[in-house]
Amino acid sequence: MPNVREVHVDEVAGAVARLCRQANYHLPEDVTRAVEAAAERETSPVGREILGQIAENAGIAAEEQVPLCQDTGFTVVYLEVGQDVHLVGGDLTEAVNRGVAEGYVGGFLRKSILAHPWEGGNTGDNTPAVIHTEIVPGDRLHIRVLPKGGGSENKSRLAMLRPADGLEGAKRFVVETVAMAGPDACPPLIVGVGIGGTFDKVADLAKRAILRPIGRHHPRPEVAALERELYDEIERLGIGPQGLGGRTTALWVAVEIFPRHIASFPVAVNIQCHSARQAEVVL
Amino acid sequence: MAEYRLTTPLDDAAVRRLRAGDRVLLSGRLYTARDQAHKRLVDLIRAGEPLPLDLSGQVIYYVGPSPARPGLPIGAAGPTTAGRMDPYTPALLERGVKGLIGKGRRSREVREALARHGAVYLAAVGGAGELLARRIKKCSVLLYPDLGPEAIHVLEVEDFPVIVVNDTLGNDLYEEVAAQA
Repeated sequence: MPNVREVHVDEVAGAVARLCRQANYHLPEDVTRAVEAAAERETSPVGREILGQIAENAGIAAEEQVPLCQDTGFTVVYLEVGQDVHLVGGDLTEAVNRGVAEGYVGGFLRKSILAHPWEGGNTGDNTPAVIHTEIVPGDRLHIRVLPKGGGSENKSRLAMLRPADGLEGAKRFVVETVAMAGPDACPPLIVGVGIGGTFDKVADLAKRAILRPIGRHHPRPEVAALERELYDEIERLGIGPQGLGGRTTALWVAVEIFPRHIASFPVAVNIQCHSARQAEVVL
Repeated sequence: MAEYRLTTPLDDAAVRRLRAGDRVLLSGRLYTARDQAHKRLVDLIRAGEPLPLDLSGQVIYYVGPSPARPGLPIGAAGPTTAGRMDPYTPALLERGVKGLIGKGRRSREVREALARHGAVYLAAVGGAGELLARRIKKCSVLLYPDLGPEAIHVLEVEDFPVIVVNDTLGNDLYEEVAAQA
């Protein structure tokens, strides 16, 4: 088999374990910069104070290798598997979950997953992860870990709008969702928006939107313009850091789009708190 | 906006002096409880059973801490969303709880119950879990260890910083902020 590269699943498990710890101890650089920039622009004194505390908290977590937030999340793992990669040594899903368990137990991260939605029982190691796998060209394996906190996830919403509601309806839905989240979802937020596709696709778009680095607008100009417009409207809500007033309600708004069915106009909003953690590696 | 230093259990007169927007530094003992611990306590109350702890004058902190690294008393320990506890809160206020610590808005029923029982809802900064952990000097599991992070822990805190959101007069800091926006 020419041009096929072997990757042992133990290597995947080890990488996932490291990424779980890294993501939970280190606020990504783009988020840190956005918090600092927001503190400079914030007009509310209590807002500035809270943004300062968020930055200080991130400094302590990184220095002491402790989690930024006690809610170390549901572990969402994005895998991009090159089609010329041959995974050997075992089951990929099992390896990812083994990595999550090792990362959370060994890394002093909180185990927040109940085995059954109503019968309960903590799984004890934060497994299972939510795993998204894509096959892509090449011989590399890209792994991204997103520890997604429950408080902000709870404020996320999805609507199957009518085509007649259109873009204006979608904008109203996004701003209304942020207003409803209010102080509950730990603002300042990163607001991920999906428009188009199917019921499942639009939720995936919204979640992938929060993965995009802060400061990088969508490459399509009309989508970038929508991101700017939504950001401005959200700023005008005046919710502010922790809902105590100010202009910094969102650190960033990212929109992803996809073609839609002639009958549907799906829109989804995935709310991410300021503890916007993620980490990635290429094997 | 005033600043106070208070020690738990809270004194009734001190609680009634607090106004939405005031800053408080709390010291003493806090009890942690989240969704499942609330359910267990309120199930006991509804069944007419005695509670396994005396709540009068006490402060409940909505938190599920992350595990402590060796040598530290606790891991990250910031507030969780308070609104999820709304269905259970009035029953606990009836048992004498004087303070609740969390983040985010409370229901009308809870705000009315706070006023009726002379208790306050206080916000801590969400997502600053390590900063808050530094004000926690001791942590031990008191009840329901099977719930893991959701067990009821006893925390000993020093100058734990909170802001009064709902006071005993029915004022709401979030609503005041929204009205100004």
